[in-house]
Amino acid sequence: MPSPRPIASCVPINNAGARMKPSLNAVYGWLLLLPAMVLLAAFTHYPALATLWHSFQSTPKGNRPAVYVGADNYISMYQDPVFWQALWNNLAYAAITIPVSVALALVMALWVNRNLAGRGFLRMAYFTPTVLPMVAVANIWLFFYTPQYGLLDQIAHVFGLSSTNWLGKRDTALPALMMVTIWKEAGFFMIFYLAALQQVPPSLREAAMLEGASRWQYFWRVLLPLLMPTTLFVLINALINAFRLVDHVLVMTKGGPDNASTLLLFYIYEVGFSYWDTAYAATLSVVLLAILSITALIKFRWLDRRTHYQ
Amino acid sequence: MRRILLNTLFAGLAGAFCAAPAWSQSKPVELEFYYPVAVGGPITKIVDGMVDEFEKSHPDIKIKSIYAGSYQDSVAKALTAYKGGSAPQLAVLLSTDMFTLIDEGAIVPFDPLIKTDEDRKWHDGFYKAFMANSQTGGKTWGIPFQRSTIVMYYNKDLFKEAGLNPDAPPSTWDELVADAKKLTKADSAGQTTQWGLEIPSGGSFAYWLFQALTTPNDAILMNQDGNEVYLDKPAVIEAVQFWHDLAYKHKVMPTGTIDWGTTPKDFLVGKTAMMWTTTGNLTNVRKNAKFDFGVAPMPKAKHGGSPTGGGNFYLFESATPEQRQAAFEFVKWMTSPENAAAWSIATGYVAVSPAAWETDKMKAYVKEVPQATVARDQLEVSVAEFSTHDNQRVTKLLNDNLQSVLTNAKTPEQAMKDAQSQADRILRPYK
Repeated sequence: MPSPRPIASCVPINNAGARMKPSLNAVYGWLLLLPAMVLLAAFTHYPALATLWHSFQSTPKGNRPAVYVGADNYISMYQDPVFWQALWNNLAYAAITIPVSVALALVMALWVNRNLAGRGFLRMAYFTPTVLPMVAVANIWLFFYTPQYGLLDQIAHVFGLSSTNWLGKRDTALPALMMVTIWKEAGFFMIFYLAALQQVPPSLREAAMLEGASRWQYFWRVLLPLLMPTTLFVLINALINAFRLVDHVLVMTKGGPDNASTLLLFYIYEVGFSYWDTAYAATLSVVLLAILSITALIKFRWLDRRTHYQ
Repeated sequence: MRRILLNTLFAGLAGAFCAAPAWSQSKPVELEFYYPVAVGGPITKIVDGMVDEFEKSHPDIKIKSIYAGSYQDSVAKALTAYKGGSAPQLAVLLSTDMFTLIDEGAIVPFDPLIKTDEDRKWHDGFYKAFMANSQTGGKTWGIPFQRSTIVMYYNKDLFKEAGLNPDAPPSTWDELVADAKKLTKADSAGQTTQWGLEIPSGGSFAYWLFQALTTPNDAILMNQDGNEVYLDKPAVIEAVQFWHDLAYKHKVMPTGTIDWGTTPKDFLVGKTAMMWTTTGNLTNVRKNAKFDFGVAPMPKAKHGGSPTGGGNFYLFESATPEQRQAAFEFVKWMTSPENAAAWSIATGYVAVSPAAWETDKMKAYVKEVPQATVARDQLEVSVAEFSTHDNQRVTKLLNDNLQSVLTNAKTPEQAMKDAQSQADRILRPYK
């Protein structure tokens, strides 16, 4: 990283100025940071701390103000089967959608990075799901999954397979939602891989081929390590999205049947804005926050060390 | 001469300013009014048109009508605004939100505003079935506005095809099963191509459709105070069992949960011969059905019956006395027979008072759409929609347990026992 140019070089140099320089510098620096700091503090740090604080209070109702209840909210969360179900659902959801969509994105990027006829069209086709709003997408998929005359069942019917109530059975509802997510996310991640692939100098490939490396070896030993920074970025995004995107849950299943497709954030929304149990919603948010911070920490600590930045 | 002219001018101007206080006294009372949209059609346009008309006849009142999204969005917005200190003065929200709004201290009863004999006559003019969801503890907290009930839509063409009388829809549970069996068709590979019946159970309305089964089976699910539920009574378990049997034993309904939103579509494309859904879908079905359809009341088990549903007017605690009076005028005007009839015709909701059905408009409409009267006649035997304190939480656990039965994860006895004990735990603080 190039060292930043000393900012104070534009300050006229005289004795007084030289003595004031360090403090002026500091003021100048803080002023530059101020806009970003105000925004971060107001919309990230303060809400996070307030959430933590509220999770130790009771929910204010009518003329009963909130009181300190210690770990009560956490104990009731521990005993809440819906919370555990939402958590497990979300972990399964992340564990499946992230690797699949990232792998799919990489394959698609390798595919459209070659010289093909209609390459532009293909790239656009892969990217289109990303551009569509999630709510619109969910409404379209809702009719894909509709039993009998939905697209999936019509295709199944051609092959003589039986009709499936995708969103109405507890063992298919969550996989059906995963499918939508993978479909939507893969194209988005493909763009990042595509950009990264175009940064790889062709000489590397030529050199590898001269050395007698197979295509697989070139991919595994040269290309993939070079793509690691992109992979890291994509993984973080995918993880955040796995916990952040719940629009399709709301449109397609509302968490049903019997909470089989409830995700953590959807449950938080429900507790917060349907049940108006804001203290308990804060408690659940703390858990979500903790999960995300821990994964981010692991990623930056562990994966960064194994990532080669050019 | 010129000076005199100027002086007169000044005097005139001064006079005009002196008169100003009188003008400022009649400054209109301003009201904010939130309303949701829950059925198809140009609802916002209709509401704005009615508000304009009201303002024309009441120049001293100004209404700012705000479209606030779905019912769920609207109550979330209104309560968030209330907690932030900028609540609307008036809102149309679900009748079942009454206990939640009372517990939050957000609304005030209408009773203090009902003073004259004319007011009392208006107040007593609503259908009793609608008032059941608007009153608790001897006070009236909501005024019925966009109210509905569940009815059975059936495809007359498919009835004829199956050799059934299209003018005699099933009127009992036994007939329902027998007819539905005749209406369920499979292809040569054993695949069902047409279902006899669909009762939607997905999403957040399972408990409501469930009441269309419990009410005829002579089971009431909660008390008027909203702090006690009766979910594990034998009649209730019987109703769950019947719902489950329709799919798994009689095989006339798809197994698993059935989505609320796609059910009307299933009916319109002929994938189901009968469906149970809100009267609010009448206009939609009437416009899009390419076949002759009928509307029937809920089939009887021990007697007829259905729950009511839909939205009430609520008056918010934050309104000043003048605003409360103005809001009251507006509510009275909106629910007057003429306007209730116009609203019902435009939307498909059930007109809220018997007087509305006596208007010329409504009589003409009934002549054209005789199906509209089924919902009205069913009101005689209708009960309040399931509503308790901490309403969303209690209905959610009821929905979850019903869905667990319909997806074959729990037996009806187990599910209703669980629902009862979970609901008891939630309602304990409200006793």
